[in-house]
Amino acid sequence: MGAYLTQLLAVADAELRKLRHDPWELASRAIQPVLWLLLFGNVMARVRGLAPRTVPYLDFLAPGILAQSALFVAIFYGISAIWERDLGVLHRYLVSPAPRSALVAGKALSSGARALSQALVVYLCAAALGVRLSLQPQDAAAAILLIALGASLFSTFSLIIACIVRTRERFMGIGQVLTMPIFFASNAIYPIALMPAWLQIVARLNPLTYEVDGLRGVMLLDGASVYGLGRDFAVLALVALLMIAVATRMYPRMTE
Amino acid sequence: MSATVEQQGPIGAPVIETFGLTRRFGTLTAVDAASLRVARGEIFGLIGPNGAGKSTLIKMLTTMLPPSEGRATVAGFDLRAQAAEVRRRIGYVPQLLSADGELTGYENLLLSARLYLVPRKEREQRIRDALALMGLIEVRDRLVRQYSGGMIRRLEIAQSTLHSPAIIFLDEPTEGLDPVGRHTVWLHILDLRARLGAAVVVTTHYMDEADMLCDRIALLDHGRISVIDTPAALKERLGAHATLDDVFAEMTGESSDRGTYRDVRRARRAAREHA
Ligand SMILES: Nc1ncnc2c1ncn2[C@@H]1O[C@H](COP(=O)(O)OP(=O)(O)O)[C@@H](O)[C@H]1O
Ligand SMILES: [Mg+2]
Repeated sequence: MGAYLTQLLAVADAELRKLRHDPWELASRAIQPVLWLLLFGNVMARVRGLAPRTVPYLDFLAPGILAQSALFVAIFYGISAIWERDLGVLHRYLVSPAPRSALVAGKALSSGARALSQALVVYLCAAALGVRLSLQPQDAAAAILLIALGASLFSTFSLIIACIVRTRERFMGIGQVLTMPIFFASNAIYPIALMPAWLQIVARLNPLTYEVDGLRGVMLLDGASVYGLGRDFAVLALVALLMIAVATRMYPRMTE
Repeated sequence: MSATVEQQGPIGAPVIETFGLTRRFGTLTAVDAASLRVARGEIFGLIGPNGAGKSTLIKMLTTMLPPSEGRATVAGFDLRAQAAEVRRRIGYVPQLLSADGELTGYENLLLSARLYLVPRKEREQRIRDALALMGLIEVRDRLVRQYSGGMIRRLEIAQSTLHSPAIIFLDEPTEGLDPVGRHTVWLHILDLRARLGAAVVVTTHYMDEADMLCDRIALLDHGRISVIDTPAALKERLGAHATLDDVFAEMTGESSDRGTYRDVRRARRAAREHA
């Protein structure tokens, strides 16, 4: 167990050190959520009926944009996995005695940690726009956990896609195609109730919906989650574990 | 064919033993029924032109690629059934760049030390020793993408040997290096054997290199091992002034500096990525 954790953390630590060497990458990723809140949020706030009556639209939107920005970063994680394979760095990991699941979970954890910088940006921007945020320690901790789980889940999903398509070119195409439905077929920027029935079903099967729902519960003052925090966490944790289990089987075959 | 290959018995107990190891890619047989033994502390060369199957054979022996047929024991464990045990006891320097350019030399070594579970108390000391041995102390905190090709190779050798493996696999370790860089790598390979008592399996397509470095060599062509013997014995077959190049031409009916435009382009690209 101690050995497993050492190896898992070694992988995550290496990823985070890379980030420290190149902080610009993070900075550039902070721009998108700010634009969404500032432009999209301020315009759509004028549309009646988008958010529940009691909640200003920007308050409704902020958790959605946070989950979205973490998703956009995580979903392209597969590219860097393919890049590592092409360079040869992947061999360094796979020829080591570390259990394959520790390698996959370590990468997932680093994606989770990486997404926290997005959280910081969205919190700051939302506060500046007058969103009433809850800064209670237990709420903040729950938000951090939700975001980390979501990022781990989607980055590992992305790794699975990378194992299937195997080339950067094909991945780029698919990555774009995947992001759209995950984002729009969720409750991120409008309530599920507004959707046609068939889309509501898709949205309820979409893990992003539960991430956003949980965040609405813990990010906002007087925030409430529709499905309950327990279910939100359970869905995210289960799907994340499932993704890691699948990726553990597929990842080692990338060297072939 | 492989059963009739002449093989001089290894010096000690074998650390690698393969039986009809075969790998196919679609209709192409990249490695065809390779049977060989490598002794403890031996430097064993896999020699052959580009596309001969050297990397494929090494990838199978390092558990990176499952064989289509055949079996092998590596460091005393079955290659397929006990892959994790095998990995614990081997080091592998792949043909491609395996050090992470976005990390410093120190960080690359730290990653390896942790993945191989070098005890926490010994970690820093072993990393320091490895950096000193490879002449990388000065550049330890520089990003590896700023290293020269020779420095990267030395770092990769250090990364692959921090855990004192019983066998070290090096796939074209001198490709793309200048003469000084090549010479340094040779010295390190000899040193690994002396210091760790490790067996070394090394591929190259430079005959002079194989001649001066290897205890025994296997000539590989189109996936088949045509002969396994000491460099001296191989040359003796062709008379007093024969070189390994002559041996190679005799065995395969071709000159060793074959290779297509694609091979050249690939080698150049690898060299550029190392730069
Ligand atoms: N993943 C792969 N898919 C298909 N063919 C491959 C693959 N890897 C190697 N080959 C082919 O197998 C043959 C042996 O390749 P390789 O082992 O890399 O040779 P060497 O290392 O001796 O240059 C070559 O014809 C090569 O094109
Ligand atoms: Mg090769």
